[in-house]
Amino acid sequence: MTAANPPTGIIRAALVGNPNCGKTALFNALTGARQKVANYAGVTVERKEGHFTTADGRTVTVLDLPGTYSLRARSPDEAVTRDAVLGRLAGEHRPDVIVAVADATNLRLVLRLVLELKETGAAVVLALNMFDIATRQGLRIDIAGLSRALGIPVTTTVATRKRGLDDLIAEVASAAVASVPTESRWREPDTTQIRAAHHRAEKIVKTYVRPPARPDTWTARIDGVLLHPVWGLLILLSLLFLMFQAVFSWSAPAMGAIESGFSLLEQGVVAVIPEGLLRSLITDGVIAGVGGVLVFLPQILVLFLFILLLEDFGYMARAAFLMDRIMGGAGLHGRAFIPLLSSFACAIPGIMSTRVIDSKHDRLATIMVAPLMTCSARIPVYTLIIAAFIPNRHINGWISLQGLVMFGLYAAGIISALAVSFVLRKIFWRSAVEPFIMELPTYKAPEIGNIARNLWQRAEIFLRRAGGIILTMSLLIWVLSTFPGPPTGALDPAINYSIAGRLGHLLEPLFRPIGFSWQMVVALIPGMAAREVAVAALGTVYAIGGEADPTALGSALAHQWSLATALSFLAWYVFAPQCASTLAVVKRETNSWVWPSVMFAYMITLAYAAAFIVFHLASAWIR
Amino acid sequence: MTGQTGVIVGVFADPSSTVGGVDCAELERRLLEAGFVEGARVTLLHEGPLGGDPIAVRLDDMRVAIRRREAHGVLVQFDGGA
Repeated sequence: MTAANPPTGIIRAALVGNPNCGKTALFNALTGARQKVANYAGVTVERKEGHFTTADGRTVTVLDLPGTYSLRARSPDEAVTRDAVLGRLAGEHRPDVIVAVADATNLRLVLRLVLELKETGAAVVLALNMFDIATRQGLRIDIAGLSRALGIPVTTTVATRKRGLDDLIAEVASAAVASVPTESRWREPDTTQIRAAHHRAEKIVKTYVRPPARPDTWTARIDGVLLHPVWGLLILLSLLFLMFQAVFSWSAPAMGAIESGFSLLEQGVVAVIPEGLLRSLITDGVIAGVGGVLVFLPQILVLFLFILLLEDFGYMARAAFLMDRIMGGAGLHGRAFIPLLSSFACAIPGIMSTRVIDSKHDRLATIMVAPLMTCSARIPVYTLIIAAFIPNRHINGWISLQGLVMFGLYAAGIISALAVSFVLRKIFWRSAVEPFIMELPTYKAPEIGNIARNLWQRAEIFLRRAGGIILTMSLLIWVLSTFPGPPTGALDPAINYSIAGRLGHLLEPLFRPIGFSWQMVVALIPGMAAREVAVAALGTVYAIGGEADPTALGSALAHQWSLATALSFLAWYVFAPQCASTLAVVKRETNSWVWPSVMFAYMITLAYAAAFIVFHLASAWIR
Repeated sequence: MTGQTGVIVGVFADPSSTVGGVDCAELERRLLEAGFVEGARVTLLHEGPLGGDPIAVRLDDMRVAIRRREAHGVLVQFDGGA
């Protein structure tokens, strides 16, 4: 493109801004539901694109680029922003207009970014977002003066209330028409240039912004409590406790409803379809398999609801502040706290969110230990075994023994994650310690629309997985455990004659030292698709085995397994790399097969060792 | 001491605080980009729960958390002498 854009055709805009400036809220306000979430080609940075139409009918596509303080990118996320702005990103066009989004109450740093953005030669429009908060604080901004000083159009927006959008859209459209994109003059600035840009920005702020008459005092007051060395930690621990309580108790009614829905469906199928292969396929294969996994959707949503709420409120940076020293002892960065917390829901979003960590070694250490956090896919396995084998007793009248075992399993995951990261940092990457400099954003009321949208995106990802890989694996395990059928006059359960049965028998000697039966080995195979599938697989194996009432898998297991075997199975599940998708995500994130291989090897070694020790200790102790 | 205020008079990464990881010039650039620049006003707001590390400071209009190691590169002239 050498001439000005014709007044027709698509305008490509990109949103760039500091973290926490309300950029995503502005993106949502502009595009509404017309957005698409995918990945950039070759990297796993989330690519959010949407579109809207100007008053005169032109289509504008908008990219929501990852937040950054500078184009001098340090993390993969920031590199995407830099490359997208410079038009260097494979498969992406250089944007016609860059919308720099600023938190109107905090202009200093973003103005320096704006100066950098202008160097790229693209048309820049500055949107002063959260303008209502600035007004409420009595902050006075000379918009016209600011616009003159920067040499770019400046508009004001309140994304959460959809205010100022028409003005912004009009400015984007006219900037696109007027702009003649030039070659980028941007070079990575050195310290002298950063200082100079800072002083320019500082001078602009001093000239055109009058400090707030009523500055926000809430953030300081809230921080006085939340960052208090004693109360702050206590509140963090209580929040985590509340979160896990909620994951179990709030989701119980919804889980019950989903379960009874599936059992009604099963009864319907039984009533309509005569006994035989087809009925077995639908009830034992599809309904038992997919239903057994969909049940966890409420838990995953409750966990993400907490994480999203805390993030939107501005608490997550505080949690990182409080946890930095504690995690630093194990060689982890304070920022690893958020990815590791997400990993309690699922390691996949956890590993993907490690992209906020700048340093390669900090990021790799976090990725490597994330799957040790007890993800919600382990919960069904844990609850099944605990309910079947651990007596429902209370110690001292109030500590539930079952709850204690559950807590122990979570603790084992956390402690081993810290230990593994400690070993990685102390033995393999001794020298690399990255700086920890992090903005603590102003607290703000979480925005419901934003949370709902994010929650829906999480649900969609999970449902897509349940519909795809988990359904496929359920069907596969059904086929494996149904064919070939038993010979006529066979005395053993039918599954003994199937492929799965034979495979289980074949692998059983390997697992005998840790107390696993061949049925368990069979269940582990589809459990590679996703941990929770092992429950469905156990159900299938035992239901098809004809020995158990399928609705009471727990009591069937209680008859079949010894306590030592059950405990060994739990120990295995704390460590085992039983999730092919996690390994696939690690491959994508690290762009190499080395790290998923290392992960698989160390986790399966730990799993076998832990199960071996637990099995033999328990056998000796119980006898 | 929490509550102490001052003004930044110098930003230069101390070679002893940059063992591996990033070099001096890089740490200096990161400090500058985060807003630790000569002339900025700072107030020590909070100290971390373990060993008082990291610290949270008010830096002009924003709040920033930083480890003491990195904060060594920021020279502050405290108000009221010293």
